[in-house]
Amino acid sequence: MLNMNHVTVTYNDRPTLIDFDLHMKQGEIVSLVGESGSGKTTAIRALFGLLPHEGYVSDGDILFEGESLLSKSEDEMARLRGSRISMIFQDSGAMINPIRRIGAQFVEYIRKHEKISKKEAYRKGVAMLEAMRLPDGDNIMRSYGFQLSGGMRQRVGIAMAMTFRPDLLLADEPTSALDVTTQAQIVRQMMDLNKKTGTSIIIVTHNLGVAAYMSDRILVMQNGRIVEQGDREQILKHPQQEYTQKLLAAIPTMEGEAYV
Amino acid sequence: MKSKIILKRLLQMLIVLIGITFLTFLLTYLAPGDPATAMYESMGVVPTEEQLAQARANMGLDQPFLTQYGRWITGCLQGDFGTSFTKNQPVLDLLLKRLPSTFKLAVLSLAIMAVVSIPLGILSAVKQDGIADFIIRGVSFLGISLPGFLIGLLLLYFFALKLGWLKVASSNVGFEQMLLPSITLAIAMSSKYTRQVRTAVLEELHQDYVIGAKARGLKQGEILWKHVLPNAMLPLITMLGLSFGSLLGGTSVVEIIFSYPGLGILAVSAVNGRDYPLIQGFVLWIALIYMVVNLLVDISYNYIDPRIREAK
Repeated sequence: MLNMNHVTVTYNDRPTLIDFDLHMKQGEIVSLVGESGSGKTTAIRALFGLLPHEGYVSDGDILFEGESLLSKSEDEMARLRGSRISMIFQDSGAMINPIRRIGAQFVEYIRKHEKISKKEAYRKGVAMLEAMRLPDGDNIMRSYGFQLSGGMRQRVGIAMAMTFRPDLLLADEPTSALDVTTQAQIVRQMMDLNKKTGTSIIIVTHNLGVAAYMSDRILVMQNGRIVEQGDREQILKHPQQEYTQKLLAAIPTMEGEAYV
Repeated sequence: MKSKIILKRLLQMLIVLIGITFLTFLLTYLAPGDPATAMYESMGVVPTEEQLAQARANMGLDQPFLTQYGRWITGCLQGDFGTSFTKNQPVLDLLLKRLPSTFKLAVLSLAIMAVVSIPLGILSAVKQDGIADFIIRGVSFLGISLPGFLIGLLLLYFFALKLGWLKVASSNVGFEQMLLPSITLAIAMSSKYTRQVRTAVLEELHQDYVIGAKARGLKQGEILWKHVLPNAMLPLITMLGLSFGSLLGGTSVVEIIFSYPGLGILAVSAVNGRDYPLIQGFVLWIALIYMVVNLLVDISYNYIDPRIREAK
């Protein structure tokens, strides 16, 4: 479904992602782990076509369902974004316009990808929010982003991202701004969606616990390169690279047990 | 905004007004020059000492300072803002007579400014570091640097003298008479505002919600018009209020150049003639209009920005 072939991303003449190779099947969950600046966010931004102005894919190709995303026009990419490929962010609350109601933006978003009336779009939005176990969808639709708690906003973000049952969900640190209980809920909801709709997920995280719990495959990244990859068993129990061992050692332990 | 807060603001305004008028009263009192002498000079008469003393007594200037201020402010509270020394008419009438022309000029120049600077500012921001941006920034820099009187004189020279499209001076105040003064005012303002719009739009373009909107599949144009612009306009409303306030106070230089019968000319003549009541009335008006416009701006934010509405 997704083939990223030897992708290199250059920022201001400096490569931040080097020779990135990732091949995914439908329904797979892959984690990118590594410290800040390791290039993991750059990888999914490049795939989503949302690199900042100074950055561009200088080498390699990104194929989604066999078609090169790099050769698509901005309009074609816009049609893809939010419908077949969606993204959730560390703080989904910051991703919505602060001075417009969530409902207005949800409706705007739905009608961008589906020719339905405002009323139908509104109902669809409420249904998505309630599927995310957000109580009182009507009330949330009437709210502004700043009026909701971090966990609620994150679930609103996921509800939006899942509206069109995307083939691929990109999650950029989706849980790191949340408390542990909320983290667990969000992780479970993403897993749920993966099972129900067969959505593939790429999750970028520095939380090895979340990575291990969710993913079929873990890619460990450092300085823009993949240094090690494998299934969770391999990465957690038999890390080959010193860097991976260091990352594992950095996981806080509780009563002698690694919190993963 | 709750009415309680508005009431509090109104009370604050009252205190500020008293402070400002007291201060100007004190300053004019301390300033050299004598209204009585000035009055006789303007009539071309050399007054005797008795005549001067008589005139001063009529003007109430023989009283102690505090009595003078007390009299003035009691008058104000009763709607009597004094009588102009030089024009022998009630100050209120003089101000009200000039107000419509100043108001029209303010509105027209703000309108021209908005029509020019909002599209140019947006263009400049969207095409950041491009040719259009470069030209707009250059021209606006020039516009800010050129003094208003120079722009006014140049416009007069070309459009009135050389081309003869408009009259140099005219006694009635129609659209034609307002055109050059308002363009003069608008040029300086547009230059300032184009840059402000550019900065505000650029800042908003870098906000996370722009990435969020892209992630939802919105196109650049939709994001710009529906999301970025409303946010970018928020900080400009305060500036707009200040500009409107300052325009309503009269624009002496431009008014003098174009012999435009606004409040600014009146104020200058009041100062020249040591016309204390008129100066006082003018200062009171400027302070009042600034505060009222600011209050309106603050109230308007409650309707425009939900974050402020919530905070109150």
